[in-house]
Amino acid sequence: MTPQLLIFFVLAALAVLGAVSLILQKHPIHSALSLIVVMVALAGLYLLMGAEFVAAVQIIVYGGAIMVLFVFVIMLLNAGIEEHTSLSKFAGPPGLLLVVALAGFLAATIARSTGTVQAAGQTGAMASTKGISSMLFRDFVYPFELTSFLILVAIMGAVVLAQREKS
Amino acid sequence: MSAFLASNAELIITIVKIALLLFIVLTVNAYLTWFERKVVAHMQSRWGPHRVGPHGLLQPLADGVKFLFKEDPTPAGVDKFVYYLAPLLALALALTSISIIPFGPNPIRLFGHDVYLGIAPPDLNIGILALFAITALGVYGVALAGWSSNSKYPLLGGLRSSAQMISYELALTMSVVGVLLIAGSFNLTDIINVQAKHPERGILGWNIFPQILGFICFFIAAVAETNRVPFDLPEAESELVAGFHTEYASFKFAMFFIAEYTSMITVSSLCAIMFFGGWLSPFPASWTFTHYLPSVILIPAGLWLIWDGIRYETIFGKIILPGVGTVLTVAGIALLLSNLQFVNEFIQAPFWLLSKILVFLFVYVWMRGTLPRFRYDQLMAFGWKLLLPLSIANVILTSFVILKWGAQ
Repeated sequence: MTPQLLIFFVLAALAVLGAVSLILQKHPIHSALSLIVVMVALAGLYLLMGAEFVAAVQIIVYGGAIMVLFVFVIMLLNAGIEEHTSLSKFAGPPGLLLVVALAGFLAATIARSTGTVQAAGQTGAMASTKGISSMLFRDFVYPFELTSFLILVAIMGAVVLAQREKS
Repeated sequence: MSAFLASNAELIITIVKIALLLFIVLTVNAYLTWFERKVVAHMQSRWGPHRVGPHGLLQPLADGVKFLFKEDPTPAGVDKFVYYLAPLLALALALTSISIIPFGPNPIRLFGHDVYLGIAPPDLNIGILALFAITALGVYGVALAGWSSNSKYPLLGGLRSSAQMISYELALTMSVVGVLLIAGSFNLTDIINVQAKHPERGILGWNIFPQILGFICFFIAAVAETNRVPFDLPEAESELVAGFHTEYASFKFAMFFIAEYTSMITVSSLCAIMFFGGWLSPFPASWTFTHYLPSVILIPAGLWLIWDGIRYETIFGKIILPGVGTVLTVAGIALLLSNLQFVNEFIQAPFWLLSKILVFLFVYVWMRGTLPRFRYDQLMAFGWKLLLPLSIANVILTSFVILKWGAQ
């Protein structure tokens, strides 16, 4: 077993465990912490594939900014242990069914795939900062600009919603 | 055994380097507390610590022992797991961030392997991004400590710290973009090398001159990120008792303390590397006689220690201080007279980098002795309405200049 493979399995196990614990935890903060574990483990997997830039951005944006905001809101609202409404109790069995179906689908796909799974290896120029930026600003410049426009609209919407009503 | 050593040389070297750096950083941390107390004391016309050892030099040791042996109560109603996780997270992330800093350009040749100063490989492409990633996670230590303590003052401290760090992280990241544009790389070694492009310019080639705006934004935002005065709202003692670490005692409290001081060292190194030429000498490359400076400085420092030690009150000080002074003087003279040219050349880079780091650490302490704390709304307005627009303006200005005239 090469060190790379070992690290892959450790990170993959961490990601899966984090995801499971995210659902099973009773307290919102613990769920948020589990989600951070998933994010960081995913960043490690990206790093393993040679996508350093994506890994760093994954941690900065998802692990740092977004999850800090989650934790911040949970702390600010002082959310307690999750409540079970009558509807959420009924959601269990269908959810379990979906999990089994999805797992079966994945297992079937993996079983049908021919040959061994190739290591992603060095993604090289594609994942480098230069590659990503030239793709964003050359090949996909219109979708990119449209997305930023959408984000701008969302920000303005948030500002308008948060504004005090003028008396 | 030797076969094992040979096949795992890189791994072993890295582990030894980690242990060594850990030891150095923790010692420097301990003496940073001494330095801070001493400097602030002199600014306020006091003596500072002077009872334990000559000039209070053994005070950090006494403090360390005290932290280890104090009672470590866990308050009732805390979230046990998170309560224990928080100081661990804070310390681990702070120590990890320092592993990315390169401390010198030239490797030492040991047992047939090139050993670089610094743990991360010098060709780490995402250097500065990796550092920001670690700092981005650093907020959890403080926020979770505040939340898990199940007490109102820590919670307020944790909330303040999350809000503050989110706000200032934007300005922090934007303010270095100018440097990255000039260097065209995230790699810290590349960023330093770009500043040595014209060796004859010396200090004039450093990034601080084209990037003065970026530096001001970066330093202010970095001070806010490390929760130091005047941005120490998360632990404002006059309002929140001790803020996020109110409910922590003994070594768990010390862990937060060490984390804070370690981040100070990291930020100081970053300032030195990105804006002040890192390990580059401020003199033009042709002034080779300045290469003797590190050795020459040892001699007056040693002589001063001898002179000071002879007049010292306690017997212990009378022996130790002149002893250390003699060693320094002799080492300086030996380096000057002997033909150990390679030693002289080799200590150039670490000498300059460490001196610059020390200057920034002094500025940190200086600010603590000088500036009052921000009010909360002032802090937010300052970050969002002044620092962020300024750093964005710096990015636009720098990109424009580079487009028009090219980098350098």
